[in-house]
Amino acid sequence: MKFLFERDTWQEVYDSVSKNKVRTVITMIGVWWGILLLIALLGAARGMENSFNRLFGDFATNSVFIWGQSTSMPFKGFQEGKRVRLKLTHANKIKDNVEGVELVVPRNRNQGLVVRNFLSGNFGISGDYPMLDKIQKKKMIRGRFINQNDIDFNKKVAVISEEIYKQLFEKDENPIGTYIQMNSSNFKVIGVFQNGDRNMGPTDDIHIPFTTFQQIYNQGDRIGWMVITGKPEYNIKQIEEDTKLLLRNLNQIHPRDKRAFGSFNLGKEFKKITGFLKGMQFLTWFVGIATLIAGVFAIGNILLITVKERTKEIGVRRALGATPFEIKRQIVVEAVFLTLVSGLLGIITGGWILIAIDRVWGQGDDATLVNASVSISVVFVALIILVILGTLIGLIPAFKATSVKPIEALREE
Amino acid sequence: MLKIQKLHKSYPIGDSKLHVLKGIDLSVDRGEMVAIMGSSGSGKSTLLNIIGMLDEADQGDYILDEVPIKNLTEKKAAVYRNKFLGFIFQSFNLINYKNALENVSLPLYYQGLKRKKRIEKAKFHLEKVGLLDWASHLPSELSGGQKQRVAIARALASEPKLLLADEPTGALDSTTSHDIMAFLQHLNDEGKTILIVTHEEDIAAMCKRIVRLKDGIIMEDNFVNQVRATAHV
Repeated sequence: MKFLFERDTWQEVYDSVSKNKVRTVITMIGVWWGILLLIALLGAARGMENSFNRLFGDFATNSVFIWGQSTSMPFKGFQEGKRVRLKLTHANKIKDNVEGVELVVPRNRNQGLVVRNFLSGNFGISGDYPMLDKIQKKKMIRGRFINQNDIDFNKKVAVISEEIYKQLFEKDENPIGTYIQMNSSNFKVIGVFQNGDRNMGPTDDIHIPFTTFQQIYNQGDRIGWMVITGKPEYNIKQIEEDTKLLLRNLNQIHPRDKRAFGSFNLGKEFKKITGFLKGMQFLTWFVGIATLIAGVFAIGNILLITVKERTKEIGVRRALGATPFEIKRQIVVEAVFLTLVSGLLGIITGGWILIAIDRVWGQGDDATLVNASVSISVVFVALIILVILGTLIGLIPAFKATSVKPIEALREE
Repeated sequence: MLKIQKLHKSYPIGDSKLHVLKGIDLSVDRGEMVAIMGSSGSGKSTLLNIIGMLDEADQGDYILDEVPIKNLTEKKAAVYRNKFLGFIFQSFNLINYKNALENVSLPLYYQGLKRKKRIEKAKFHLEKVGLLDWASHLPSELSGGQKQRVAIARALASEPKLLLADEPTGALDSTTSHDIMAFLQHLNDEGKTILIVTHEEDIAAMCKRIVRLKDGIIMEDNFVNQVRATAHV
């Protein structure tokens, strides 16, 4: 390996590469383009993944939403079309009986007029338990979220979204401890949270304790819907099936009644998207590597032509005492040098493209490609692949160069 | 110095074989200057290639400086060529993207010499052929005679035991030819053994011994009175 650090080796490489600049540049474009494509595509795919993750970020992704609808089959004396309502007691039964359930979060929601002094607006009001925070992380700007104490004592407290704060309060006014009016009752504001998840279903503008909600809207133990999250090692689709079966049982509904309970399986949808992202990443690698191989082959091809053109020169060198190994080594070094330099240039320009992507699509809250980037390890892997491919492809012209006898090489005109 | 016995060489042409050398016996002593003459197809170039280890004989012995040259691997042949032989070609065969100094130092590079030493030695030999001032010129910036002198410097650089010249004046006009021959005679006077393949009588006459080949065998082998080439510079 000592020869790699000798000036002469590189002088030889420089001489033969700079002898025909146009050809060298055209050769290098193949590999440069391949690695640029690989870096840019991988970065964009990563950006897409990041933005999806941000979208779902505050939400437990292995979860399913279930609500009651109406029956589609008569059962046990009940007519078809019976209204089905979920009850609070169901939640505990699900938690106890369905395997793999982590959390069952009952929720209620209403639309209502919210008044403060002379300002008012129509907003969504939800009755929630503190554990909502576990499946749908609330970013609190001020104050706190609902706690168990609020639930236990049916406290009239409200956590409002930043949006409502902007609409009902003066700028820089401290809302904590002030009162807003809902359904003719006064609620003390205890917290303000940041609106995230704008793309994730209806926005909850105001959260109040679940028990308080039951009281003021006279809900009894009925609940609007519930969110069930599964433990990571369990299949959320199975949990959904089991839960529905249990619910049908509890409500005296035909076991095969598909309409009685509606649901939205976030876990399933999320899997589809991550599957899509995986597929895209695979495609990116495939396209990138294929382009890279094509580029490396172009280098091999050009070197083969170069070797043919230099047959006589190689003959002269051998007459002067160059061993076949020295000739081969020189050509392989040239191949590796060309692939490596064009690869590095490709990585640099690929990086520039990612910077440009970040400037155009990666800024702000609703960015489509968040932090489009490629990890250093991927770059290293690409470089190692390049060196290996460069060596392999360099061997072809190298053997070609020494397969001609020096005497024949010298005769070549 | 050089001893050849019963050397045979044939080349396959299609299905048949062309018998080029049909039993050559030749011995050359140290300090000789031998011209190998013959019309084209007489086998003179083949003989030179075998002597130069660029080609291998089918049969017969070849001993160079008491080393039998036989069954050489490519690597060994390369080392011997580098150590024992200096080549001078008709078409100079300088590497066109390397300047005169780099061309001369090329065999030294393959000898594994350090860069500094190499440049020093190459400069010495360039000076010997009177082209030190042209060291940094590319072959394309040199005249034919100058190119051949750079080639001679290159052949001398590795301090070979034997100089092999294949039609060294073939591509030169008569004035420059005489210059080159005068220089080769001068080298011979210093003790270098030189083998020249030529088909020009006047060039052959400037050597000390003329070997005439015809159809693969030696017809004549005579020592002659050397005609001194007068440098026209």
